[in-house]
Amino acid sequence: MGAGKYISDVWSGFKSLLKGMKRTGYYFTHHKEIITQQYPDNRKELNLPERFKGEVVMPHNENNEHRCTGCQACELACPNGSLKVIFKNEMTPEGKKKKAIDKLVYHLELCTMCNLCIEACPSDAIKMAQTFEHSVFDRNKLIKILNTPGSKIMEGVE
Amino acid sequence: MWSFSDISNSIHEWLSGNFNPTWTLIIEMVLAGVAVIGLFAVLGLVLVIMERKVSAWMQIRLGPNRVGPKGIFQSLADTVKLIVKEGMTPAGADKFLFNLAPFIAMIVTMLLLAPIAFAGNFQLWDINIGVLYVSAISSLSVISVLMAGWASNNKYSLLGAMRSGAQIVSYELSAGLSVLAIVVLAGSLQVSDIVGSQADGWWIFKGHLPVWIAFVTFIIAVTAETNRAPFDMAEAESELTAGFHTEYSGMKFALFFLAEYVNVFIVCAIGATLFLGGPIPLHIGSWEGFNHAMDYIPSSVWFFGKTFFLIFLIMWFRWTFPRLRIDQLLNLEWKYLLPISMINLLLVTAMAILKWHL
Amino acid sequence: MYRETEIVKDFTATGEGGDMIINVGPQHPATHGVLHLVITLNGETIKKVEPHLGYIHRSIEKMCESLSYRQFIYVTSRMDYLSAHINNHACALCVEKGLQVEIPERAKVIRVLMDELTRIASHELWWGAMAMDLGAFTPFFHAFRERETINDIMEETCGARLTMNYMVPGGVMQDIHPNFQKRVKDFLQLYKRKIHEYDELVTGNVIFQNRMKGVGILSAEDAISYGCTGPVARGSAVSCDVRKVYPYEIYDKLEFDEILETGCDSFARYLIRIREMNQSIRIIEQLIDNIPTGDFQAKTKAVLKLPKGEFYTRVETARGELGVYIVSEGGTTPYRIKFRSPGFSNLSVLDKIARGGKIGDLIAMMGTLDLVIPDIDR
Repeated sequence: MGAGKYISDVWSGFKSLLKGMKRTGYYFTHHKEIITQQYPDNRKELNLPERFKGEVVMPHNENNEHRCTGCQACELACPNGSLKVIFKNEMTPEGKKKKAIDKLVYHLELCTMCNLCIEACPSDAIKMAQTFEHSVFDRNKLIKILNTPGSKIMEGVE
Repeated sequence: MWSFSDISNSIHEWLSGNFNPTWTLIIEMVLAGVAVIGLFAVLGLVLVIMERKVSAWMQIRLGPNRVGPKGIFQSLADTVKLIVKEGMTPAGADKFLFNLAPFIAMIVTMLLLAPIAFAGNFQLWDINIGVLYVSAISSLSVISVLMAGWASNNKYSLLGAMRSGAQIVSYELSAGLSVLAIVVLAGSLQVSDIVGSQADGWWIFKGHLPVWIAFVTFIIAVTAETNRAPFDMAEAESELTAGFHTEYSGMKFALFFLAEYVNVFIVCAIGATLFLGGPIPLHIGSWEGFNHAMDYIPSSVWFFGKTFFLIFLIMWFRWTFPRLRIDQLLNLEWKYLLPISMINLLLVTAMAILKWHL
Repeated sequence: MYRETEIVKDFTATGEGGDMIINVGPQHPATHGVLHLVITLNGETIKKVEPHLGYIHRSIEKMCESLSYRQFIYVTSRMDYLSAHINNHACALCVEKGLQVEIPERAKVIRVLMDELTRIASHELWWGAMAMDLGAFTPFFHAFRERETINDIMEETCGARLTMNYMVPGGVMQDIHPNFQKRVKDFLQLYKRKIHEYDELVTGNVIFQNRMKGVGILSAEDAISYGCTGPVARGSAVSCDVRKVYPYEIYDKLEFDEILETGCDSFARYLIRIREMNQSIRIIEQLIDNIPTGDFQAKTKAVLKLPKGEFYTRVETARGELGVYIVSEGGTTPYRIKFRSPGFSNLSVLDKIARGGKIGDLIAMMGTLDLVIPDIDR
């Protein structure tokens, strides 16, 4: 190894360092490249894609009616028991007893957002909401009842 | 015109008019001490926020932007946090040395401020061996690192301290040799003389290639000496968690942190003084108008501008390069920097004898 | 090889002959997870490395035994979370093998596209973390810029950024989002515009090359005998790309190269991943305009039952070969599931390659092995 190689080694090493500095220097002076989103400030502009899996919700129409028949498909599909259907007996106008859902209990603290319940639901009664700010101080607040109080099943959903 | 030297002179005159010489000296000492501590605090705050902003922009981030406009008071908030934090002393540690180490780091850094010319004719202590004093004192900083590493009774700290010891001792050499290049050219160790010798042009312009080599060597060596990335072997986050200050928390950690930043400031100030003319304004040949305009900028602005430019350079290194390995670090010093700076010193000496630089 | 050692509790403990014993991890910035290494040091030189596993063992294999064939797939996202898609893909393939379902072309193409996007995302993150292990922080953020773009694409189509659970037995869960093709093309453009920065910032850097070249030598024989796969083995010139050797889905119809490097050192393993990203880009470019129309999911029964027997499939994840082995008794849940994870075998080689190196080397080597701890412990 001669002196020539020694010097060329030093020089090429030095050049590679300058190349890196040129790159960081470029970003130092070009603030338009910054892609940071200022999260709590941009809540209004924050548009999550409609498929984003935030939490399971049950949409109700304006008459407080949902589409859940209580078939328990979601409960069976759920890998970790986040969903639980509780039944009640309802009287139909004809005076017969009919089984209907009382509560659809949803354990958000257990849910892994795997989307299997939504896939399993035959009547599209539940869907994923785009909310994601789920943090609470009390764990019990994460146990949610998906159907609103007094809600009924929509006409024509079997 | 407003300048630091005028202020200090008028304070001196007013004090000597009102008190006897002994009291004047004591009061001036106290004032200088307060000024140094104030400078420390301000430098710490400014440099931390500067580092965070520089790193953020290089990393396509925004950086701190919550406390104060554009986040400029972030480091103040951090300081408050560090002050109220508990300063833990680990059970197995040597309590006395453990608590002493951060103060030694601070004291060494404070001592280093003495011979620095912050503006034209404004120095705490214009000692005639100024440059030697700086290199002598700065080599003491290794003691605090070793002390912290040893007293922590933590293997990571110990490894970090040992690395730091090897590193600082090695890089002192090439830092010293590159400083010597300027000393040879200026013919004096006194800081004011060195500054004076650059009145007709900074050494980096007058000294041709050898001074450039000395300058590059100096920057590399001081980066290593202050334990900054890519030579941050003593801290080496991904290897030794935090190196010698693994066990430190709260204000004791903050003192190390502060000492590191002020150390960076000081070595950059020395670099600016030796190579970039310190408080001397930029003059270009025969451009009379330009030179006059430059003269209107106060000398302190020149000094701080140059120093912060060098600090920015060192920060730029940190946020660009990966870290060296410990054996490569020592290889770089002993196989590359030291031979280069020795040959370079020879060249500079020849240049000084033959008066090529004029 | 695996002598029983206690976790070093006393910080002053020393080994034989005054060697220093250090716990690296389970909480350590360089292990990227809860890996625990007990390293024996002589000064800065490493004499021995002993990995201690199990800090993030969640018994995924056992959990899978109580889940149905549809349900168990989501758990595997939590193994190697950086290539969640590919894990899910492996499980889906295995179940399909048992069910003897033919899945539609469209689903196959979507699966391969997603796999390759995941591979790029995983390598991007590895690249940033690798540079961070070596003390350069900036590349980490630069890598995240490209990776975020992929994550956004994933979020739009699969609904999640990391643990997608997009693969189901018989195809994919949902059809691709209408924007998918456009956004992938945007990503390809961004990637091509930015890839040279990787060379400028890290690959070409003299410090980086000196750190990587000639350290962590893993010979081809060792790579085979330790069962290394993926970029780790290919860095030692062992041809082991499952996509080439045992092609699954449509990989046999695609044009791409298996990347091999003969360097056997850390730098070779580094280059493999960088070059693999370009190959993934090549695959995506071939497919993105040619997604066939049709169903995205084959018709399967509501309750899946695998016939009695044993089924094994393997896929190439970003880290190496992932094998899924299902033993079925004919019921709705597997009798036994075993995952052959690439990380475990790749980690076992660490002691072999780290001996005689410095601490800094060990960190760099761990970086080039690309360890994901949940993948090792499962």
